[in-house]
Amino acid sequence: MIFEFPNFVPALAEIFVVTMACLVLLVDLFLSERNRVFTYLLAQATLLGAAVLTVSIHDNSTELTFSGSFIRDAMGDVLKVFIYLITAVVFLYSREYLLARKLFKGEFFVLGLFAVLGMMIMVSAHSLLTLYLGLELLSLSLYAMVALHRDSMSASEAAMKYFILGAIASGILLYGMSLLYGATGKLEIAAIAEIVGQSALDDLVLLLAVTFIVVGLAFKLGAVPFHMWIPDVYHGAPTPVTLFISAAPKIAAFAMLMRLLVEGLGELHMQWQDMLVILAALSIVLGNVVAIAQRNIKRMLAYSTIAHVGFLLLGILSGSVAGNSGAMFYVLVYALMTLGAFGMVLLLSRAGFEADAIEDFKGLNERSPWFAFVMLILMFSMAGVPPLVGFYAKLAVLRAVVDVGLVWLAVLAVLFSVVGAFYYLRIVKFMYFDKPEESAPISAAFDMRAVMSANGLLILGLGIYPSALMALCVTVLR
Amino acid sequence: MSIEPTIFYIFSAVLVGAAVAVVTVRNPVYAALFLVLAFFNSAALWLLLEAEFLALVLVLVYVGAVMVLFLFVVMMLDINLTPLREGFIRYMPVGLLVAVIMLLEIALVVGPENFGLQQIEPPPRQGPEYSNTAELGKVLYTVYAYPFEIAAVILLVAIVAAISLSLRRRPDSKYQNPAAQIAVRREERVRLVKMEAEKND
Repeated sequence: MIFEFPNFVPALAEIFVVTMACLVLLVDLFLSERNRVFTYLLAQATLLGAAVLTVSIHDNSTELTFSGSFIRDAMGDVLKVFIYLITAVVFLYSREYLLARKLFKGEFFVLGLFAVLGMMIMVSAHSLLTLYLGLELLSLSLYAMVALHRDSMSASEAAMKYFILGAIASGILLYGMSLLYGATGKLEIAAIAEIVGQSALDDLVLLLAVTFIVVGLAFKLGAVPFHMWIPDVYHGAPTPVTLFISAAPKIAAFAMLMRLLVEGLGELHMQWQDMLVILAALSIVLGNVVAIAQRNIKRMLAYSTIAHVGFLLLGILSGSVAGNSGAMFYVLVYALMTLGAFGMVLLLSRAGFEADAIEDFKGLNERSPWFAFVMLILMFSMAGVPPLVGFYAKLAVLRAVVDVGLVWLAVLAVLFSVVGAFYYLRIVKFMYFDKPEESAPISAAFDMRAVMSANGLLILGLGIYPSALMALCVTVLR
Repeated sequence: MSIEPTIFYIFSAVLVGAAVAVVTVRNPVYAALFLVLAFFNSAALWLLLEAEFLALVLVLVYVGAVMVLFLFVVMMLDINLTPLREGFIRYMPVGLLVAVIMLLEIALVVGPENFGLQQIEPPPRQGPEYSNTAELGKVLYTVYAYPFEIAAVILLVAIVAAISLSLRRRPDSKYQNPAAQIAVRREERVRLVKMEAEKND
């Protein structure tokens, strides 16, 4: 048998992250409670180092290595850099919350780094095997992170629900993959795409495989009717973990959709388009309507996530380059917005006070006009008010949907965005027109304030100049 | 040659029966033991498919290690099963409907017309000198080295998660200090007491 020694250079960032995660695990063991901040700094250094490595090996070519199970391309590099950035901000936002609740443990950062590794593997997966293993690595780390706060009943319950439903979703996805393997006899995405392209479009085995894969993906994304776990997990998990789950893994999920549906099963586009239309329409309707009834901001943002997932699917289902790049733009912008929104919940919380009821935002303008303004930007952007970046994201996917002739779907999405604007604007009304129930000053550290401000300004800045990020998304997907 | 299908059907029937029993018996210990039976039968099916190494590993790892541990857990945790059974009748119609639909779909697709020997060539029969283990090892550490490494990382994460979720330092728990145990000197352990010899005359 001839074995070609793999080229390790495209996977340098992955190798670096796994090495550093093990190192952080070991170093943390020897640190006293007082020096635990060193673990945090090391985790941040890991993300920075990985970003440097990814950028330094980036070019517009596509490389395959590890016998075709690993792919490095421009899309993957961009998504990875965003994953590092978002995880670094999550760690930064989480630090004080964790310290105040005696949750500041090395495991949070180690599991976070392993989750990042799982996402990187998913982004760079070029075979069903690595895609699945990356997903499991990510999911397993997330289940443990949700359960990390062991004294909280709601966190344990959320972890249990997440674990069981996640396991079912993995099983369904795996069954779809096994059928796909059975039908094509290949594991590599490109080889599968080639064989699928030659076979009949109404091949029953392929159809069932696509169905199972779409259901598994919908479970993981949280699209209606497979969304049941999202509100409970977002609500029950400690806020920093909710922040992490809601932001970075959505980018990895987008990569999984691209690799499996667009690159692998692109020839069957007509078959999965209808399924995604149903998922997207239901998600946008249910997410926006049910969010209105929520009094807890974590639950409200969970339903808003479901609605945003619907918009993400709109871009993918159009099947065009414009749609895919619109979806990529949407997911990156969404990750930045949700980072700010949950970050604001963390900013307002302190020891013994969670700040997770929407009433806790009452009169924020009197307590801190600047952070009320930042939250205003975030809420307006999520609602899709121009000239903020959330508007351009929605515009990009809607344009792609109209281009493929699904005008009714675009109209439906716009109508329910207007419905959804209600609950975003309610927060704004609370902040600006109600009397504060809480008079304690905001006690967040300087770095958190600074990054939070930058987060808000980035949303504003990207809204004024969306073309740079949009052009990047189009270039890497061409 | 007709003995082989007969063996296959016997093992398959026992496998399906054991699998049904796993989810229907009331006693969780019996359920775990039925799962062991199911593993044994699937190992036998793999032996029929000439996957000797995988069959043995299935028995060694799942029956020998995982299920024994599982039995311990089931026996040690005193789970009250009555709340778990609540609502079983209420959810059964929906569950049954979904299960039947899934079964029909799968039966429609996974049959000889799609996966029969006409569609997919049977693998060539290998002689007795052919080593399954060596062949698996060759691809596992070359072509599939990358997934293999990821699986290793997943196991590491499982260990980290399990320890961080279950290890709880309690002030009243007693634990050993091996370094102090090794460094102990005779004087600290043994106290020689000089006693007057008793006179018994």
